[in-house]
Amino acid sequence: MTGKLRTGKLGRLLLARRGGASWHWTDVASYAYLALGVLLMFGPVLWLALSSFKTPAALLEFPPSLLPMAQSEVSVQGYPQPLPLFRVTMEDGSVRELAQVRRVGIVAQMVDPAAPGQTIRVPADRRTPVRHMALAVENYTDPLTQFDFLRFLRNSLVVTVVATIITLIINSMAAYALSVYEFRGKSVAMLGVIGTLMIPITIILAPVYLVVTKLGFVDSLWAVILPGAATPTGVFLLRQYMLTIPRDLIEAARMDKASEWRIYARIVMPLSMPALAVLAIFSVMWRWNEFLWPLAVLTKTEVHTLPIALNAFQGELQTQWHYLLAMTVVTLLPVALVFAFLQRFITSGIANTGMK
Amino acid sequence: MTDTMRSHGAPARGPSAAAAAVTTGSANILMRLTDPPMRAVQRLIGAARMPYVFLLPNLLFFGLFVFLPIGINIVFSVTGGTGLFPSERPYVGAEHYARLLDCGSYLEAGSCREDLFWRGVGNTLTFTVFQMVAMVLFSLVTALVLNRPIRGRGFFRAVYFFPVLLSPVVVALIWKWILQRDGLLNAVLTTAGGEKILFFVDPGWAMFWAVFVSVWAHMGFYTLILLAGLQAIPRDVYEAAEMDGTRPWRVFHRITLPLLWPNLLVVLVLVLIRSVQVFDEVFVLTGGGPGTATMMVVQYIYTTAFANQVQNFGLAGAASVLLGAVLFVLTLIQLFLTRRRAS
Repeated sequence: MTGKLRTGKLGRLLLARRGGASWHWTDVASYAYLALGVLLMFGPVLWLALSSFKTPAALLEFPPSLLPMAQSEVSVQGYPQPLPLFRVTMEDGSVRELAQVRRVGIVAQMVDPAAPGQTIRVPADRRTPVRHMALAVENYTDPLTQFDFLRFLRNSLVVTVVATIITLIINSMAAYALSVYEFRGKSVAMLGVIGTLMIPITIILAPVYLVVTKLGFVDSLWAVILPGAATPTGVFLLRQYMLTIPRDLIEAARMDKASEWRIYARIVMPLSMPALAVLAIFSVMWRWNEFLWPLAVLTKTEVHTLPIALNAFQGELQTQWHYLLAMTVVTLLPVALVFAFLQRFITSGIANTGMK
Repeated sequence: MTDTMRSHGAPARGPSAAAAAVTTGSANILMRLTDPPMRAVQRLIGAARMPYVFLLPNLLFFGLFVFLPIGINIVFSVTGGTGLFPSERPYVGAEHYARLLDCGSYLEAGSCREDLFWRGVGNTLTFTVFQMVAMVLFSLVTALVLNRPIRGRGFFRAVYFFPVLLSPVVVALIWKWILQRDGLLNAVLTTAGGEKILFFVDPGWAMFWAVFVSVWAHMGFYTLILLAGLQAIPRDVYEAAEMDGTRPWRVFHRITLPLLWPNLLVVLVLVLIRSVQVFDEVFVLTGGGPGTATMMVVQYIYTTAFANQVQNFGLAGAASVLLGAVLFVLTLIQLFLTRRRAS
């Protein structure tokens, strides 16, 4: 294949490899693999987004159409409701656009919108619906009024923001103590932090529920915010970063009679901004997506967060997919935006820490 | 002072610069509010004891929501009844453990007294084995491809990575919509001349898609770790091999694989730890069904403690302790491997 490709200037530009080497079959295979990857990774999300704009009728279609389509309708004189429009192949082979009055078995009664006086009887299989692209925006607007969608959105926002702030404060304080000071019991404290790495919430669900009940937080957002606020990952991440801050800076501040709190808040925190930002992004992701614990502790609908609300909604007997898909898109959107803007930041943060 | 701050670490750019601007403003106010009391505390206990003050909030949270619950969990596992508070629960000894482990044959879940638990264990094992193989295979291949001189590498890396950030509920719903009876995949199948498949009615297919969807959602994360490992391999090793005319397969086998091995091990253990705890995506995707075909251990624990009519915290506690023991061993292995990689 190499060199036998007859390509124009543009083609050569597109096909040129880094370093100007010629194409090898492994390059073709690599790009084929990546192209397949794009289809497989993006395709499902794109399909979700397209489907979320379809009307319930369009969602029931099989096989489904790619774009959100709706059947065109016309108002015909003498009929109170708008009538669905069809393209009909007549006996003589000509094609006319007719509105359907009703369908009886295999025969459809149609009228010509231009001449509403006479009904035309047509075999049902001779007609195909006339369609146009239509975005069912009501899939997005209805949930706002019909169910407490805004409340779920607000709950998720409150949990995410408050929990992230608490996490940043208490994790950075602990990381500061563990990176700047030497004190008795430091190794025990370190061991304790490492120990919590091994205890995911999955294995202490019921006892944490007991603690939260005792504290009186059941069915309040605090029940979701507090238990996960102290993260071992965050302490490690920040400590690792704070260890690189020059000790002279801290000593100089002590000379100037700065309090330990002032050193933490005015010197170490500003210098740790990159690490704090990475932890903030992680925390937002964790909280926005958290599922098992909120599912266990939030039983009242008023305090449901988005994932819990989505799960409850999809479990209903008659799943209203048109609303569910739209709400899924709304849940996905903030994460997609964060990712679009902070992609490099997130990937390098993960590559450096090996954590997520 | 400000100049030294700027020069340290990453230069203030993009999001961190914006964040910094916001924080400086609020930090000034916060400082004025918090500094006097903290200064008083320092005067009271002395500067040498201040680290304890800084540690206190975080350790309080750990104590309340991690260490205390571990203790309560063990108490739960040896007490009976339906009460939530330990004072309402009579001591029953190892009864729950005995009930969980009471099996005619450990290879046949139906012969166990608590057959649901063993079905969960079996399903989790099946899931773990298939997911580990698929996850490592696909993330390794993807990392190898992305490590080649590819145009638009950043874009492709992002493509594979973005599902990692999606909520498990969103991931499950995306695929549920595609896999449902009249969904996209069945449309493709029928157009290609095949027949519709009811993916969530057939146990084999349900497990297949459970594995597939979690690989889809998480492979980007492991790809990233492996890619970092691949990029750390010195170029001149490859150049030397190329000079010697070493065959590509041999290069992979003799250079890439041994040098990547530490990263690969870490990925293996991480996948293992995560898949033993799998719950979210699978629960929303299949609900554990059909029947109990995709019900995992964590779902068993959740259902036993919260979703059943009778909340059996004792049995759930005992199952958690067993799962915790498995995770403990796996995490020790992970820490050991990470430490060895670091040194």
